[in-house]
Amino acid sequence: MTQAIAQPDEGKQAPNSDAACACTHCGLPVPTGLVVAGDHEQFCCQGCSSAYEVIHSCGLDAFYRLRAQSDLPTQRSKPTDADRLASFDSTKFHELYVMTRDDGTKVVDLLLEGVHCAACVWLVEKLPRVLPGVIEARLSMREATVRVVWNTGQVELSQIAKGLSTLGYPPHPARGGGQRAVHLAQQRGMLIRLGVSGAIAGNTMLIAFALYAGLFGGMEQQFTEFFRWISAGLGVLSLAWPGRIFFRGAWAAIRTRSPHLDLPIALALGVGGAAGLVNVVLGRGEIYFDSLTVLVFLLLVGRFIQYRQQRRADDSVALLFSLTPTNCRRVVSDEQGESVDQVPIEAVQVGDLLEVRAGELIPADGVVEFGSASVIASLLTGESRPVPIGVGEGVYGGSQLSGSTIRLRVSAVGEQSRVGRLMGLVRRGIGDKPVIIALTDRIAGWFAVAVSTIAMAVFAAWSVIDLNLAVDHTVALLIIACPCALGLATPLSLAVAIGRSARKDVLIKSGAVFDRLSGPGRLLIDKTGTMTLGAMRVEAWFGDETVRPMVAEAERQATHPIARTIVEHYGDEPMGADESVAEVQVHGRGVTAQTMRGELHVGSRPYLERWGVAVPTAYRSWAMGWAEQACTPVYVAVGGEVIAALAVGDALHADTADALARLRRWGWGVTMLTGDERAVAEQVARAVGLEVDAVQAEVTPEQKLAEVKRQAGGGPVVMVGDGVNDAAALAAADVGIAVSGGAEASMVAADVYLARPGLSGLVELIADARNCRRVIRQTLALSLTYNACAIVLAAMGLVSPLVAAVLMPLSSAAVLALAMKGHRFPKSMHVKQIKQVEQAR
Amino acid sequence: MSVIYIVLPLAMLLAAAGVGAFLWAVRKGQYDDLDTPPYRALFDDEDERTSPTNRDSRDA
Repeated sequence: MTQAIAQPDEGKQAPNSDAACACTHCGLPVPTGLVVAGDHEQFCCQGCSSAYEVIHSCGLDAFYRLRAQSDLPTQRSKPTDADRLASFDSTKFHELYVMTRDDGTKVVDLLLEGVHCAACVWLVEKLPRVLPGVIEARLSMREATVRVVWNTGQVELSQIAKGLSTLGYPPHPARGGGQRAVHLAQQRGMLIRLGVSGAIAGNTMLIAFALYAGLFGGMEQQFTEFFRWISAGLGVLSLAWPGRIFFRGAWAAIRTRSPHLDLPIALALGVGGAAGLVNVVLGRGEIYFDSLTVLVFLLLVGRFIQYRQQRRADDSVALLFSLTPTNCRRVVSDEQGESVDQVPIEAVQVGDLLEVRAGELIPADGVVEFGSASVIASLLTGESRPVPIGVGEGVYGGSQLSGSTIRLRVSAVGEQSRVGRLMGLVRRGIGDKPVIIALTDRIAGWFAVAVSTIAMAVFAAWSVIDLNLAVDHTVALLIIACPCALGLATPLSLAVAIGRSARKDVLIKSGAVFDRLSGPGRLLIDKTGTMTLGAMRVEAWFGDETVRPMVAEAERQATHPIARTIVEHYGDEPMGADESVAEVQVHGRGVTAQTMRGELHVGSRPYLERWGVAVPTAYRSWAMGWAEQACTPVYVAVGGEVIAALAVGDALHADTADALARLRRWGWGVTMLTGDERAVAEQVARAVGLEVDAVQAEVTPEQKLAEVKRQAGGGPVVMVGDGVNDAAALAAADVGIAVSGGAEASMVAADVYLARPGLSGLVELIADARNCRRVIRQTLALSLTYNACAIVLAAMGLVSPLVAAVLMPLSSAAVLALAMKGHRFPKSMHVKQIKQVEQAR
Repeated sequence: MSVIYIVLPLAMLLAAAGVGAFLWAVRKGQYDDLDTPPYRALFDDEDERTSPTNRDSRDA
C-alpha cells in the first residue's frame, strides 16, 4: 500500500497543500492515502469514483472538457442515501409529485443539488443515455429543476433518482408545484400583454406618421378619415386588452381608498381614449391614440421589470422548502409484528412512531421512545456540538442525529414544528417587507389629485372662451400628464442597480434592499465566517510532537469544529506501531482516551482541571500570546501531565478592519454578534477596531433574533451572517445579508447574498445603495419636472397631438438614460485581488 | 392613392399574423426558460462530434 509520505510538517502547513494529484471527477486534491500509484485517473472519494464510472461508461467524457471551459468551482460528489431515494417509488410519493401523461409515460419535477454550470445542463440532459427507459430530461438552470419523463415499465423512479445522485446531483422532489404553475401563467400573461401592446403601439405610430405628414402636406379628407378610424380601432384594442390591467388596478385603488400609480394612468388612458373615440365618430378634433398606445406599452415594460424582481424572492422560498427532509421511516405495528416503511413527510401525523438513523435529519418534533444518541441542532440553536438525548427527551425536527438509531413519537409536524415555525418566519419576513414602489405610489396619490384639480381649473378657464377648445385642452393635459416616466423610473433604476451588483458577485433578491441600505442604521455582524475566514486552522503547536497522531485519532470521535480542525491537520500522520487509542470519551470541551502511554486528555484548561490536571505556567503564557491573536488554546495531557499545547484559530479577513472603518464613517453603528466565547470575541473586536461594548458574545440564535428586534426602530437594522442558525435573525432584520460560504438556508432567508468572501462586498453594496437612491430621486425629479412643464404647456393650450407624441417618449427616454448611466459605480478593484488570495489558499 | 384601402388592411393582417405567432410561442412555453437553451444549443454540436468516437472506443 502507498501509505502517506510523512511530510516535514512544521505544524503551520496545511496537509493538502500538495495539490499535485487532483481528483479526476471533482478536481479537488486527493488525500495521499487514496492515491493509486500509476493510475491515470485518481479519485478523492467513492462518490467521485462511481460518478466517473457512469459518465465514462456512457461515453459522456465530454462533460469534463465542457466543465474545464466554464471556470466555475467544482463540487465533490456526495455519498448518497439509498433509503431516501428508494422512497421515490412509494405510492404516496407518486400521488404527491408524479403526473401521468395520456400515453402512459410519467412526468416528475426534481430539484437537483449541485447544478452550477453549463456542463451540468449537458450531463443531466444525457440521462436517457445513462438509463434506458428515461425518455427525456430537461433541466432549467435558474430553478435547478429537472423535468424527467419516463416509461414505468422499463425503469423505476428510484433508479432515476439514484442515477442522478451518482452523477453528483442528489435529487429532491420539487415541491410548491402549484405556485410555480401560477408564476408561469402570470409571466406568460405579462409577456402576451407586452407583445400585443408593443405591436399595436408600433402600428399606431406608423399611421400617426401618415396623419402628421398630412397635417403639413395636406391630405384628402377620405384618407384622413380612414387613418383615424384605423388608429381608433387599434387604440381601443390596446386599451381594452393589454391596457385593461391599469383600469383594474385603478378600480382596486378606489375601492380600497389607497393611492396607487394606476389611478392617474387610468384617468389619462380613459379620458384620452373616450375623447379620441368621440372625435373620430364626429369627424372633428384631435386624436391621441398614438401617444396612448405607446403609453400602454412603456408602462407595461415597467411593470414587467418590477414583476421579475418580486418573482426572485418567491422562488428562493420554494427552494428552501424543497431542501428540508422529504421522507422518513414510519414504524407500523400489526399482528405480524413491526414493519418500517418509507413515507413522504406529508403523510406523517402526530402520534406516529418514526425511526431515525444516525446521520439523518430528524423529520418532525417528537419524544424519544427508544434508543439513545446525540443530536446536533445547529439549524435551530447554532450549537454545533452534539447534545446527548435519551428515552423520554424531546427532539426537534431539522436537527441531525448522530451516534445510533432512535425511535420517536411525533408531537408536532409541518407548520407546527419548530423548524416549520422558523420557515414560516422566514417566509413572512420576505412577504412583509414593503417594496420601494410604495414611494412612487405615495407620490401618485397626490399626483392624481393635483392633476384632476388642475384639469378642472383649466377646463373652467378655457370654457369661458370656447367649450370645444376647453374639452380639447383638458384632454391634452390629462394625457400628457400621465406619469409614464414616473412608473418607469423606480423599477428601471432598481433593475439596473441589481444587475450591476450581480456582476460584482453581490446577489440581491429584492429592490427594497437599496432603499433600506441607503441611509445609516444599525449593522449587526456575525463574527465567524463573516469577519473571519470561517475555517479554523491549527496556527501553532507547542511541546511534544510525537503525540499528534494519537490526538488526531482521539479527536476523530468528536464533532466540535476545533476537533475537526485537528483531525484535518494531523489525521494523515501515521501512528506508531506500538500505539493505540481506545475508550474514547467525547465531552463538551474535550476528549479523553486510553493510550499505551497513559490516559490522554485533550481540551480546554477548565476541562483538564476537571480531570485534576494542572496546566503549567509555561504553557499558559504561550497560550496567552496566541489568545491575543484570537486563537483558542487546546492542551494535551498524557498520564496526568501537560506535554503539549496547540493554538487553533480563525484568521480575520484582510479587509475586515478597513471595511468596518468605512461603514462607521458613513454613520453605521456596528455590533458584533457571536456564539463564540467572550474572550475570543473581544480579541477579534480589538483587532478590527471595535469597542468592547459593541461585542455581544456567547449569544444563541434566539438571542440574535431578539437583538435584531431590540435594535429595530432607530433606522434600518441590517444583519450580516453566514450560518443556518442566523436564518431567523437574517429574515427578521430589515435587510439580511448572507455571506459567501454560508449555509443554503441563510441564503434563502437573506435579502442579499455576498458571493465573495469578506466584507468588501458589503461596503460596495452600501455605496451602491446610496448611489441608487440618488439616481432614483433624480429620475423621479426629472419625470415630475417633465410633467409639470407639460401641464403648464397644456394649460396654455399649446399641446397638440404632435407635441404630445414627441414629448412623451422623450421623457421616457431621458429617464431611461439617467437610470442606465446615472449609476457611477466605483470600479470593484477588490474582486480580482480577493479571488487571487482565495486561489492561493 | 386608393390602393391604401387594400395595402393598409393587408399590413394590419401581416402584423396580426406576427402577433399571432408570438402568442403561440408564449403559450407553447418558448419564453419560460431563457437561461438554459443557449447552453443546450451549444452542446448539441459537441455531442454529435464526440459521441461516435466514444462509441467506437467502447466497441474496440
